[in-house]
Amino acid sequence: MSQHDHDAHSHGSSVSSYVVGFVLSVILTVIPFWAVMTGAFDRATLFAVIVVTAVVQIVVHLKYFLHLNFTKEGKIDTLSFIFTAIVIVMVVALSIWIIYESVLMMMY
Amino acid sequence: MSTSATAHHDAHHDEHHDTGRNTTLGFWIYLMTDCILFSCFFATYAVLFMNTAGGVSGKDIFDLNLIAGGTAALLLSSITFGFAMISAYKKSKGGTLLWLAVTFLFGATFIAIELYEFNHLIHAGHGPSTSAFLTAFFSLVGLHGLHVTAGLLWITIMFIDVAKRGLKDRTVTRLGCLSLFWHFLDVIWICVFSFVYLMGAM
Amino acid sequence: MNLLGKLSWDAIPHDPIVLVTLAIVAIGGAALFVFMTLAKKWGWLWREWLTSVDHKRLGIMYIILALVMLVRGFADAIMMRTQLAVATNGSEGYLPPHHYDQIFTAHGVIMIIFMAMPFMIGLMNIIVPLQIGARDVAFPFLNNLSFWLAVSGALLVNISLGLGEFAMTGWVAYPPLSGLEFSPGTGVDYYIWALQISGIGTTLTGVNFLVTVLKMRAPGMKLMEMPIFTWTCTWANVLIVASFPILTAALAMLTLDRYLDFHFFTNDLGGNSMMYINLFWAWGHPEVYILVLPAFGMFSEIVSTFSGKRLFGHKSMIYASGVISLLGFIVWLHHFFTMGSSANVNAFFGIMTMIIAIPTGVKLFNWLFTMYKGRIRMTVPMYWVMGFMITFSIGGMTGVLLAIPGADYVLHNSLFLIAHFHNTIIGGAVFGYLAGFAFWFPKAMGFHLDPKLGKVSFWCWFIGFFLAFMPLYVLGFLGMTRRLNHTDNPDWNVWLYIAAVGAFVIAIGIAAFVLQLILGFKNKDKNLDKTGDPWNGHTLEWSLASPPQFYNFAKIPHVEDLDAFTDMKEKGTAYQRHASYEPIHMPSNTNAGPIMGLLATAMGFALIWHIWWLAGASFIGLIVAFIFRAYASNTDYYVQPDEVARIENEHLDNVAKG
Repeated sequence: MSQHDHDAHSHGSSVSSYVVGFVLSVILTVIPFWAVMTGAFDRATLFAVIVVTAVVQIVVHLKYFLHLNFTKEGKIDTLSFIFTAIVIVMVVALSIWIIYESVLMMMY
Repeated sequence: MSTSATAHHDAHHDEHHDTGRNTTLGFWIYLMTDCILFSCFFATYAVLFMNTAGGVSGKDIFDLNLIAGGTAALLLSSITFGFAMISAYKKSKGGTLLWLAVTFLFGATFIAIELYEFNHLIHAGHGPSTSAFLTAFFSLVGLHGLHVTAGLLWITIMFIDVAKRGLKDRTVTRLGCLSLFWHFLDVIWICVFSFVYLMGAM
Repeated sequence: MNLLGKLSWDAIPHDPIVLVTLAIVAIGGAALFVFMTLAKKWGWLWREWLTSVDHKRLGIMYIILALVMLVRGFADAIMMRTQLAVATNGSEGYLPPHHYDQIFTAHGVIMIIFMAMPFMIGLMNIIVPLQIGARDVAFPFLNNLSFWLAVSGALLVNISLGLGEFAMTGWVAYPPLSGLEFSPGTGVDYYIWALQISGIGTTLTGVNFLVTVLKMRAPGMKLMEMPIFTWTCTWANVLIVASFPILTAALAMLTLDRYLDFHFFTNDLGGNSMMYINLFWAWGHPEVYILVLPAFGMFSEIVSTFSGKRLFGHKSMIYASGVISLLGFIVWLHHFFTMGSSANVNAFFGIMTMIIAIPTGVKLFNWLFTMYKGRIRMTVPMYWVMGFMITFSIGGMTGVLLAIPGADYVLHNSLFLIAHFHNTIIGGAVFGYLAGFAFWFPKAMGFHLDPKLGKVSFWCWFIGFFLAFMPLYVLGFLGMTRRLNHTDNPDWNVWLYIAAVGAFVIAIGIAAFVLQLILGFKNKDKNLDKTGDPWNGHTLEWSLASPPQFYNFAKIPHVEDLDAFTDMKEKGTAYQRHASYEPIHMPSNTNAGPIMGLLATAMGFALIWHIWWLAGASFIGLIVAFIFRAYASNTDYYVQPDEVARIENEHLDNVAKG
C-alpha cells in the first residue's frame, strides 16, 4: 500500500489534489458565468472579471491537473510551457496589433 | 548463464523506463505545438469577430445556458479522468476502466451539446459560410471539438488496451499522455468560453 | 457520382517543355526500374533503407531527396533566368505567363521546403545523435514517418508537373489571389497539401530531436556542453515546434476557404486577407532561422576543426543563437512593411529587425577569432566557410538596409529583395549545407570525395552566385520588380544577361558536384576512410567507424569535456578495446512509415482532385495504420555481445593499421 501511495505521490496526483483543483475550477468558472448572465456589471468590470478568472483558472489547471512543477524531473515541462506561452503572447498580441492598426489605416 | 540473463533483464528495464519518460516529454512538446495551433485560431477570431457582414454577432446567437452545461460536462470529465489516473497508478484495472467509461460519457455529452449548438445555428441560417465572424467562430470551437472527439477515440482504444492487456508500464505511460491531452483540452476550453462565449455575450 | 473527381485526360498539360520533361522522367524511371529489377535490389532497398529507423540512413535518404529536389528547383531557376535574358525589348520569350508563374512558385516552394529543409534535417539526423553519444533518436519510428511525410509532399509537387498545374501565386500564396475566385484550378491545392503534409512531418522531427537532446545525452554531457552544431540544431528545433503549427493553421484556414466556402481571407463577407499574410510570415520568418542556424553550427564545427583550435566563445554562440531564435518571433512584419499598418507598427518591427543583426555579428567575430592564430588547413569545407563569410556578410548588410521601413517602400518586391534573400539563403544556408556535406561525407559514407572537384564546384558556385545575384541588386535600384515574365527596358538588358551567365556558372558547379559523387562512388575502394577520424575531429562522431556502426556506440561514452573526442585523444582513452560488451537494445525496422507516407500522398492527391472516397479511405487508413503501429509489440530487438565485439574489434584493427 505504501508503495502505491509513493507511486501516486511521485506522479504529483492524489485524490485530494484533484478535488482541490476541481473545486477551485468550479468556483472560477461560476464567477464569470454568473457575472455575465446577471448583466449587473458594466463592460469594463466584466472584461476584467473574465480575464482574471480565466488566467487564474488556467494556472489552477496547470498545477492541479497537468501537475506542472519546478522539481528536477518536471522543470523541463514547465519551462517549455513558459516558453510556449511567451511565443503565444508575442504572436497573438503582435498579430492583433498589426491587423487592428492596418484596419484603422484603411478607415473601415 | 544466469548473470547474463539478469544483465539482459536490467538493460531491458532501463530502456523501458527511459522510453516512458521520453514519451511523456515528447507528448508534452507536441501539446505545446497544439497550443500554438490554437493560439493562431484565437488570434484570427480576435481580428475577425467584429466582421459580421451585417449578420448576427455573438450576442445574438450565444446561448450561455447551453455553454454552461457543456463546460460542466468537460470539467467533470477532468476530475473523473484524474480518478482514472489514480486507479491506474494503483494498478486497479477495474477502477481505471470504470473511470475511463465515466470520462467518456462526460466527454460525449460535451460533444453532443456542441453538435446540437452547431446544428441549431446552421439551421437558423448562421452557418460558417455566412460571415467572417461565423467562419472564425465555427473553426475555433470546431477545432476544439475535433480534438475532444479524437480524445474520445483515444479513450476507447485505451479502454480496450487496459481491458485486454492490463496495466503494463507502457499502457500507464500512454494513459498519462492521454491524461495530459484531456486536461490540456480543458485549458483550451477555458479560453474558448472566456474569450469567445462570455466576452461575446457581454 | 464521378469516381475520379475532377481528374480527366485534360489534366495532362500540352506544353512541349512539360511533355519533354515528363518523357525524360518516364524513361529515367523505367531505366531505374529495370536496373533495380535486374539487380534484384528491390527487397534490399525496402528492408535495409526504406523501412529503416536508423537515423544515419534516414539522414542519407533526406539528403538524397534534397539533392534530387535541388536539381529540380535549379532547373526552374535556369529556365527563369534564360527566359528573362531572351524576353527583352518586347520579345515574349519561350515561357508563356501561365507556365512561367508556375515555375517561379515551384522554384520557391521546392528550394525552401523540399531542398533546404531535407538537407538540413538530413545532416541533423546523421550527426546530432552521434555528437551527443546516443544510439538513436528518441522516437525512431516517428523519424521514419517524418521522412516519408516529407517525401509525400515532394511527390505531390512533382505530380503537379504531369497532372494539372502548380500554383501560380508565388511561393507565399497570398489570398485573395490564392482563393477559389482567382485560382480555381488545382495549383493552389497542390501547394496546400504538399506543404501541409511535409509541414506536419517537420513538426514531428522537431519534437523528436528536442526529446533526443534533452533526454538522451551521454552521461557527463551537460546541456551547455553539447557540441555547437547540436546546439544550433536544437534552437532550430525549438523554432520548428513553435512556428510550424502557425503554418499548419494558416494553410488549414486557406483550405477551409477553398473547400468549404469559409471566409477567413476572402474579399467578401468580412474576410481579411491581411491575416493570412500575417500568419504566413509569423511562420516564414522563424523558418529562415530554422534553415540558417544549423548552417551556423556547421561552420562553427568546421572552423574549429580546421583551425586546430577550440571554438572561440562556445557559450556566446549558444546565447547568440537563442537570442536570434527569440527575436525571430518579433520581426516578421518586415516582410510586409508596405501592407499599410501604422507607422508605430513599422517602426517597432524595423528596430527589432536591426537588433537581430547584433547576435549574428557576434557569431562572425567568433569564427574570425577561432581562426586567429590557428593552424588553418584549407580543405573543401573550409573553402565553403570562407565563401560563406564574405557572401553572408553582404546579404546581412543589405538586410539591414531593407529593415528600414522607408527604404523598404522603395525596394519592396523589387529584384533588390530577391538578391538579398538569395544572398542570405544561398550564402548562409546552402553554402553551409554544402560545407557540412563535404565535412561529414566521409563519416556518413566511409570514403572520401575528390577534393579537386570539390574546389571546382565551390569556385563555380561562388563566382556564379555573384554573377547571378549582384546584377539583381542593380536591377532592383533600376526599378525592376520580381515575377516579371518579360521586360521592355533597354537599361536592364545587360544586367539580365550577366545574371543568366551566372546561373550557367552555378550549373557547372552543380555538375562538378554530381561528377564528384559519381567518381567518388566509382573509386570508393581507393579512398576509404579507415580510421573514422579523417580531419582530426573534436566531437564524438569522429570516435566511431566510418560509416558508423549501426548501433553507434558499443559502450556509451562518458563525456568529460566540451570537445569530448579531443579530450579522449589527449587522455589516451580513445579507441579502447573492451573485454566484453553488453547486449544492445535497438529498434526494429518498420514498414508502417512508408505505408503511411503512401497513404498521405494518396489522401493529398485525392483532396486535390476532389476524389472524396479515396480521401476518406486513405485518411481512415492513416489512422488505423498509426494505431496498429502504436500498439504493436515486437518493435525492438537486441544485438548480441559477440556480434558487437566482432564489429568493434574490426574497427579498432583498422584504426591501428591506419
